[in-house]
Amino acid sequence: MTRIARPDYDLESVRSEFPTLGQTVYDRPLVYLDNAATAQMPAKAIDAVREFQTRDRSNIHRGVHALSVRATEHYEAARVTASRFINATSPKECVFVRGTTEAVNLVAWSFVRPRVSEGDSILITGLEHHSNIVPWQLLGEATGARLKVVPLRDDGTISVDDFAQALTPDVRFASFAHVSNALGTVNPVGSLTALCREKNIPCLIDGAQAAPHIPIDVKELGADFYAFSGHKVYGPTGIGILWGRAQHLEAMPPWQGGGEMISSVSFEGSTWNAIPHKFEAGTPNIGGAIGLGAALEWLMDFGIAKAAAWETALLEHATQVLGTIPGLRIIGTAPEKAGVLSFVIEGAHPHDIGTILDRDGVAIRAGHHCAEPVMRHFGIPATARASFALYNTMEEIEALSGSVRRVQEMFADV
Amino acid sequence: MSDLRDLYQEVILDHNRSPHNFREMPSPTAHADGHNPLCGDTLTVYLDIEDGMVKDVSFVGSGCAISKASASLMTDVVKGKTLEEVREIFEGFHGMVTGESGGQSPASLGKLAVLEGVSEFPVRVKCATLAWHTLMAALEGQSDPVSTE
Ligand SMILES: Cc1ncc(COP(=O)(O)O)c(C=O)c1O
Repeated sequence: MTRIARPDYDLESVRSEFPTLGQTVYDRPLVYLDNAATAQMPAKAIDAVREFQTRDRSNIHRGVHALSVRATEHYEAARVTASRFINATSPKECVFVRGTTEAVNLVAWSFVRPRVSEGDSILITGLEHHSNIVPWQLLGEATGARLKVVPLRDDGTISVDDFAQALTPDVRFASFAHVSNALGTVNPVGSLTALCREKNIPCLIDGAQAAPHIPIDVKELGADFYAFSGHKVYGPTGIGILWGRAQHLEAMPPWQGGGEMISSVSFEGSTWNAIPHKFEAGTPNIGGAIGLGAALEWLMDFGIAKAAAWETALLEHATQVLGTIPGLRIIGTAPEKAGVLSFVIEGAHPHDIGTILDRDGVAIRAGHHCAEPVMRHFGIPATARASFALYNTMEEIEALSGSVRRVQEMFADV
Repeated sequence: MSDLRDLYQEVILDHNRSPHNFREMPSPTAHADGHNPLCGDTLTVYLDIEDGMVKDVSFVGSGCAISKASASLMTDVVKGKTLEEVREIFEGFHGMVTGESGGQSPASLGKLAVLEGVSEFPVRVKCATLAWHTLMAALEGQSDPVSTE
């Protein structure tokens, strides 16, 4: 075993930067292992939001007064931070959206819709989150385009060969997760985008689960679009980023119409603002964007590689200790995983596991994780899922395992 | 832990392990499907109603311990009851698990009282009531012809 026993940083001091982590629930210290759903926010990001609400609160891009100037500056600075976070060529390639879900919908309706008709296909994989399935089905209903799915394999991986075979001439667009939220699988996205490029098929990467664990370089990844959500990278909810290649964003029609996204409006017709503003109709989540900028700044200062090394150690340790519990089966055994450990226990429904762990202060997710097709593949209704962040400790893994062991004993066939 | 034991009483764990009347019914007079999308629980309740009385009741499906035990206990309790009695028990049970029983003692609910602990776990109330709502739906589909007797 080469696993590291301690991270490259002072865990206690990092934890003290996250105000929510210090609490007790049901008189037990909180063990927060639901980070794949929503991660906690460092004080620095919370403070940035508060500063906006208490000092700079006003509308952006349209005021001549001091508050509006400051708010606009901070909002646009957050965009610059986001573009550094994913190594985009320019901040104008980064559109503020509500989250990954909205990003996928935007691409579906603005970019893909004009390119598909009856008989065409959109390619996804068998491990997608509902937010990377349902928008394509809606688009299919409107256009006649078909959804094509690269099969999930029993270890929770997608094969590059299967993907290559599925890229037939009817495929107009491909959309796939970087990391699976239900299984933790890291997809070989570099190989997938290379195959798409070979055939001139544009593609989107759903980076919701990758952004907190893997350094993102959109130039290197080779996709046309990349999406992630703020609340999974230690930022606020209701804010996220859609990155798109500038030439695409320039050519795309607006998705929603309204204020801010226009250059000029008359009753005869309107002209659109420059990118990225063309895609930001209406007053955006300004505080959220500023909080996201601060969270990403914090995370980049911290170092994703450092965080990832520790998260991998936590995942490996948890896999090992839970693996020794009788009747426990780990769902998703890909060779490369990030952040997520899904499991089921013989005789104990995930919902019961979740309730019992909760009373021990251990917060996990129980359910289908918005990935019902993945559950169906494994023939289970749901899993229990522990997911890790840079502030989790080995002691918390012990607490998880102790609590899971109690569940197993309680539900074992006596 | 004590309140957890209130929820997961031995009786409940037993019903979860070996639920009663857990079988399909070849020719039910009424049946309905229930689904709890939050946790993916699904079940089907079958009824054989004769002369306004539950002659037989059974269920199949998959779900958490609370939903399975609740369904199992339900089948035990409603068998042999009139439809009027079933509705009354449902009202009482619903009041107990939602904590809105209005002073009615769970003791009047007989063996269903073991599910009283559910009221301390608001997110689990739906698990305990799924089978009952499904039963009531099956009865609704059936109640008109039945009540003409
Ligand atoms: C892989 C993946 N894609 C998309 C989403 C949707 O993200 P959001 O709900 O923030 O739009 C999630 C969130 O659970 C996710 O895990």
